[in-house]
Parts: sequence; structure tokens; C-alpha cells
Amino acid sequence: MKRLALAAALVVLTTLPFWAGGTFYINIGSQILLYAVFALGINILVGYAGLVTLGHAGLLGIAAYTAARLLNGGHGHPAAVTAALALTLAAAALFATLALRGSGSGIGFVMITLAIGQIVWGVAYRWISITNGDNGISVSSRPSPLGLSLTAPAHFYWATLVVFLGALGSIAMLVASPFGASLRGTRDQPRRMAALGYHVWMIRFLAFLLSGLWSGVAGLLFLYYNQFVSPQAVALTASAEALLMVIAGGSGTLLGPVVGAGLVVVMKNVASAYIERWNFVLGAIFVAIVVFMPEGLVPGAARLWRRATARTAAPTVAAAVPAPGEGPAQ
Amino acid sequence: MSLWLVLAVNSVTLGGLLFLLSAGFSLIFGLMRIPNLTHGSFFMLGGYFAASLIEWGLGFWPAAMVSGLLVAALGGLVERLILRRLAGAELAQVLVTLGLSFMIADVCLKVWTGDPVRIGTPPALQGVTSVGSFAFPTYRLAISLVAVAFAVALWALLDRTRLGAMIRAGVDDPDMARVAGIRVSRLFTIVFCLGAWLAGFAGVIGGPILSVYPGLDQEMLPLALVVVILGGSGSLLGSLVGSFIVGFLYNFGQAMFPELAYVVLFLPMLIVLVVRPQGLFGRPAV
Repeated sequence: MKRLALAAALVVLTTLPFWAGGTFYINIGSQILLYAVFALGINILVGYAGLVTLGHAGLLGIAAYTAARLLNGGHGHPAAVTAALALTLAAAALFATLALRGSGSGIGFVMITLAIGQIVWGVAYRWISITNGDNGISVSSRPSPLGLSLTAPAHFYWATLVVFLGALGSIAMLVASPFGASLRGTRDQPRRMAALGYHVWMIRFLAFLLSGLWSGVAGLLFLYYNQFVSPQAVALTASAEALLMVIAGGSGTLLGPVVGAGLVVVMKNVASAYIERWNFVLGAIFVAIVVFMPEGLVPGAARLWRRATARTAAPTVAAAVPAPGEGPAQ
Repeated sequence: MSLWLVLAVNSVTLGGLLFLLSAGFSLIFGLMRIPNLTHGSFFMLGGYFAASLIEWGLGFWPAAMVSGLLVAALGGLVERLILRRLAGAELAQVLVTLGLSFMIADVCLKVWTGDPVRIGTPPALQGVTSVGSFAFPTYRLAISLVAVAFAVALWALLDRTRLGAMIRAGVDDPDMARVAGIRVSRLFTIVFCLGAWLAGFAGVIGGPILSVYPGLDQEMLPLALVVVILGGSGSLLGSLVGSFIVGFLYNFGQAMFPELAYVVLFLPMLIVLVVRPQGLFGRPAV
């Protein structure tokens, strides 16, 4: 059953350019997949390590800006991609060291990542000689891996799909691995994990690096998709949107971030055609999710579904056990 | 007047504003463990409220008081209606306060448009004050004095009154404070309103220097965060020292390396986190 659903989803995703009905929708598909990669990366930290980050747009931005600079400097795609990922990893290592050090002593991880993310934004915005400031940097070409040009929307979609499946597969393997189990252990019981001899700091550090790596990959996809990067990509709103994807879908679940990415991208593209005030809607969704569905849409919907099916399947049990306060009067 | 002196005065002024902003943030985080990401929005809202009140004919200082109270009331509502239900759930608190800050920013954009709104300098404080052979802008001196006065008042409140003792007890050990008969939940509301009030008030008195514009919230919030990271959470002295460090670095950084002003902020954060992760005046976590 599960395999059948997976195969069906795979077929639907692969054939999307044929039935989506136009470039606009294919591009939305690419956007969803590229943000899904980003959200999957963030979910390693937020969902499995229990560390809430608001600075990952900074890592996405570092990858995108590095690649854009190198490409415009006349370097080839392989060199630009390698250097961008290497620099993103180095930055992730630095950020992780700072954020983990502070959070061990009471100053929130989220506050430090937010401050660092805003500093990266400030650099993108103000260091004009490197980043071209508010005007951003344009890139003229997409790469052609194995000689296949990615200029056409459908081709780019398929390339993004391959990367997305790679991210999903590797993160699924990670979660199922002993490392994944120890990561969840540090989320739930850091003290016991330390007492059991696990190196909690190192486990979290590695999780940060992995999530940074996938953020960097998402940054490259972002750059190649838009062929443009500007400080907007690094802004707090971008980090917040990505966090919303993770939470909306259900943090700490494998497919939650993917559903969340689809939801947010569709809302942003479709709703913003009708609603002028996207930021207000984004904020309102945050508040509504926390108040009404704190565990996210996927687990939340599952809970509601279970409750609904339990009610229809076992009405006799429900009727036999009186609810508190409804018992027979004495 | 030499450039350096101008920069120094500007740094002290910014430091004063940051102190008002970050003292509230630090107290809220210290007592309630809530990273209040709406704090920048409170600052911006204070400025906008005052601009409208002044336009309707109120004087500068009454407008500052009233806007501070309006922001405090809003903060109280947020705390009572929403944050109260989310005690201990850091992710939920982050999401809600961030979501609220987006909503507030968008409403402000709609109501006050995208153009910067300027708040006029109060008439009595216009012009310059001469000290020896130097002339200082009077209003900037006044802000520094107000910040110092607030620092002393807050210190007296926390250190010399019954309420302050209860707040300190709550910061140290909320459960024990509850057992001892202190109504910690009421303290939460009081401290949250006080923090919101300080932020709103800072937004008003910062108005004549910074003016009020969309994005001011997201510009001030990270500065407050850096102050708290430097000074340590829950420490008034830490906020004060951190504010002036950030004020000086930001102004001098902007003057000397205009493109790298934000990176200059990054360095002290890096050093403090490596050498003394609990912040300069913070206590290490138990």
C-alpha cells in the first residue's frame, strides 16, 4: 500500500510537465521542489534536533551569492557549485559553533541564529562592492549537467526533481540510521544522552552541518531557477517562510516539510494574485497554526482523521462510555 | 566639532535607545524564557502611534506617554490571550511572536503607508547646547539623560522594591517563587507590559532621530538581540553595557567601514560567545 502510494506519487511528479498545463505551473512545481529541499534541510534541525533556527536563509544566501559571484567572474558551473557548497559548509560550521555555544548557557539558539541571519542580510544589503546591494546579482546561464540543457522550464523541473529525490532519500536514510536515532535522543533527553556517553554537542553540530549543506543546495537551485539573487532571499521573512513550511507540514516528519513547501508556495503564488497583503496572511497563518494545530498539518490532519474515523467505526463504544458530566443523575 | 565627537554623541544616543529596547527584552526573556520577536514591532508601533497623536494636536511628551501605554496594553493582550497558553513551548512562542510581528508590520504599512514618518523634535529641546567649546545637539543629550534616568529607575525598581524582589525571585526560580506565594503569572503580565511600554516609549523618543518607517522593526530587533547576547539575559547592567557597546560599534563601524557595519557587530558577538557564552553579565545556566 505504502509502496504503491510512493510509486504513484513518483509518477505524478515525474509527469507533471505533461499535464500541468503551461510554463507557469511547471515553474511553480520547480519552486515547490526547491523550497522543499530547503525545508527538508531545516527540518533536520527544527524537527529532529529540536533546535529552532531563524537564520538559514543566510546559508541559502551565502551559497547563492558565492555561486553568482564566481559565475560572473568567469568560472565554470562545477567550480562555482563546489566552492559555493564548501563556503556554505564553512559558514554553517561557524554559525553552529556560535549558536550551540550560546544556547548551552541559556541564550536561545533561535535568538543567535536570528541575529547571525540578520547580519548576513546586512552584508548582502550593504557590502555593495561584493553583492551589488539592493540590485542583486544576475546570472546569465543555467548549467548543463551531462550535456542536458536546463534552460527549458520542464528540463529545469526534472533536474530539481532529481535533487529533491536525492535530498528526500538521503534524509530518510539519515532519520532511520543510528545517527538519526541519537539525534532524536538529544532532542528529547539531552541530559540522559550525555549520561549515556553520547557527545550531544557533536551530534547537534553535525545536524547543523547537514542542514546547512541542504540549505546550500537549495540556494544553488534558487539561484539557477531565478537566475538572480538579491538581499530579499536572505531576509528574515525568507527564514520565517521556510520555518513555516516545516511547521505547517509537521516538523519532525519526513513528508511534512514537503507538504508545507507546496502549501506555502501555492499560497504565495495563487493567493498573492488575490490578496495584496501576503505578510499579514503569513503572520496570521503562524498564529493560527500555533493556536489550532500545534503539531502541524500532516500530524494534525492525521489526528483529526483518526478521531473522525474512530467516531464512525466505533459508535457503540463511544455511546457505552458516558462522557464526564453526562453520567446518569444520582 | 570634530567628527569623532559627533560620532561619540550619536553612539551614546543610539546606546540609550537600545538600552530602553533591550532592557525589556532581556527582562522578559530572563523571567519568562520567551524570545519576544515582536519587540522590534513594539518599538516601531510606539513611533507610529506618537506620530499620529502629535498630528492630532498632542504635545510630544504626552504623546510619548500615551503611545507607550497603548503599546503596553497591546503587549498585555498578547501575553494574556496568546503567550500564556504556550508556556514552555519555545517553538510555538517564536512562531506566534514572529507571526504577530509580520501582522503588525503589514498593518502599519497599510495605515501609515511606506513613506517614512518624521516625529518633530520637541520645541524645548531643539538647537544645540554648548559645553566648553563644543556644541552638542540638545535632543541627543536629552535622550542619553532619559536613558540614564530609566536605568536608575529600573534598577531601583528591581533592587529596592517588593515588586522588584518578586521579579528577581521569579527570574531565579519561578517554581520556588510560586511555592513561596508569589503570583508569578501576574508578574509575567506586569513584566511583559513593562517591556512593551519601554520599547514603545523608546520608539517615540527615537522618532526625531531615526524617523519611523517600514522595516524599522526588523532593523531594531537584531540590534536588541545582539545587546542581550553581549550583555547576558536577565541582567539590567548587561543590557546597559551591551547597548553602549553596540551603539558605539554600529556608529563607528558605519563611519569607518560603511559597507561592513553589520560585520563589525558580528565580531564582539563572536568573541563574547567564545569566551563567555552566558554574556558579559549573565549568569551561567544551572
